[in-house]
Amino acid sequence: MCNKVARGTAPAAPAGRSLEVRVHVPDGFLDAPTSLATGALAAGAVTLALRGARRELDDRAAPLAGLTAAFVFAVQMVNFPVGAGTSGHLVGGALTAVLVGPWTAVLCMTVVLLVQAVLFADGGLTALGTNVTLLGLVAVGVGYGVFRLLVWLLPRTRTGLLAAAGAGAFLSVPAAALAFVGLFAVGGVADVSLTAVLAAMGGVHVLIGIGEALISVAVLGAVLSVRPDLVRGAAHLLRPADLATRPGLRAGETVR
Amino acid sequence: MSRRAFWLTGLLLTLLVAGVVSYHASASPDGLEWAAGESGFADTAQDSAAAGSPLADYGVAGVDDARVSGGLAGVVGVAATLVLAGGLTLVLRRRTPPSARD
Repeated sequence: MCNKVARGTAPAAPAGRSLEVRVHVPDGFLDAPTSLATGALAAGAVTLALRGARRELDDRAAPLAGLTAAFVFAVQMVNFPVGAGTSGHLVGGALTAVLVGPWTAVLCMTVVLLVQAVLFADGGLTALGTNVTLLGLVAVGVGYGVFRLLVWLLPRTRTGLLAAAGAGAFLSVPAAALAFVGLFAVGGVADVSLTAVLAAMGGVHVLIGIGEALISVAVLGAVLSVRPDLVRGAAHLLRPADLATRPGLRAGETVR
Repeated sequence: MSRRAFWLTGLLLTLLVAGVVSYHASASPDGLEWAAGESGFADTAQDSAAAGSPLADYGVAGVDDARVSGGLAGVVGVAATLVLAGGLTLVLRRRTPPSARD
């Protein structure tokens, strides 16, 4: 979800292009009680994730999780146009959850948001809990939940898997946007029409969700084509017999 | 492709995206900023307490060339994220006994 801050008081000549890639909820949009509440929610969820991620991480998965977080950081820098003078960027919550597992994804997203807020002043420090809640919890939770539901419903094929991931990625973005509107309804500082906020946030984030789905499916498809065994969400597609053809792996040997 | 080759290829692509491709990102306001402007709450945004960071707004303070400044900031961000997230997941992982390693 995503946003850089329009500064009405900005000097006429911005320092450089780099100013144009700020992307998360800034300080000031939400009041202190709401920011404290999302901070507490985020802290609680991260504590749970630290426990849950142990089940997902082993010697094979841990280095990939670090790489996935770095990849998400990098791709979040690349805003893509969505028409009408607006842009969006990958959130990556759904993609990360499919690649490395949902608990690990919560940790990866939290690290990305922390680095962005502290080093790059992208997303406010008091809004860190809000950004972790929206992009770490809501985007990961909705994206992965939809993915698992569709994996269960759709044919157990590569195409079914990509469709499930794409749908999860797509819905994760408007879901995070709606969650922001919910927080804004409770603790928004500005006295503006909630309907207007909902309409603006919802519309543009449906468009951004399409970009999210396209990027997520492209990345997942690429990883599946070279090392499907490294995709945690694709474990149900892999049988030992399929993997035995890979050199160095004995039939029946577990890959995870 | 070996796991090591996969990891190194992924890292190379990641550095390429953060260091080079990021310069060509759309400069249009993003979804939340646009929506904030549309519905009239953009002006409640405050500067982050980290606004004085030498890397604030994805540039390196003192580097004038926007391409170099943004690219360096991206590479530093990738390194920081990799060290923090990779370190955390390495600490949390279940160790596989040496006999079961591939």
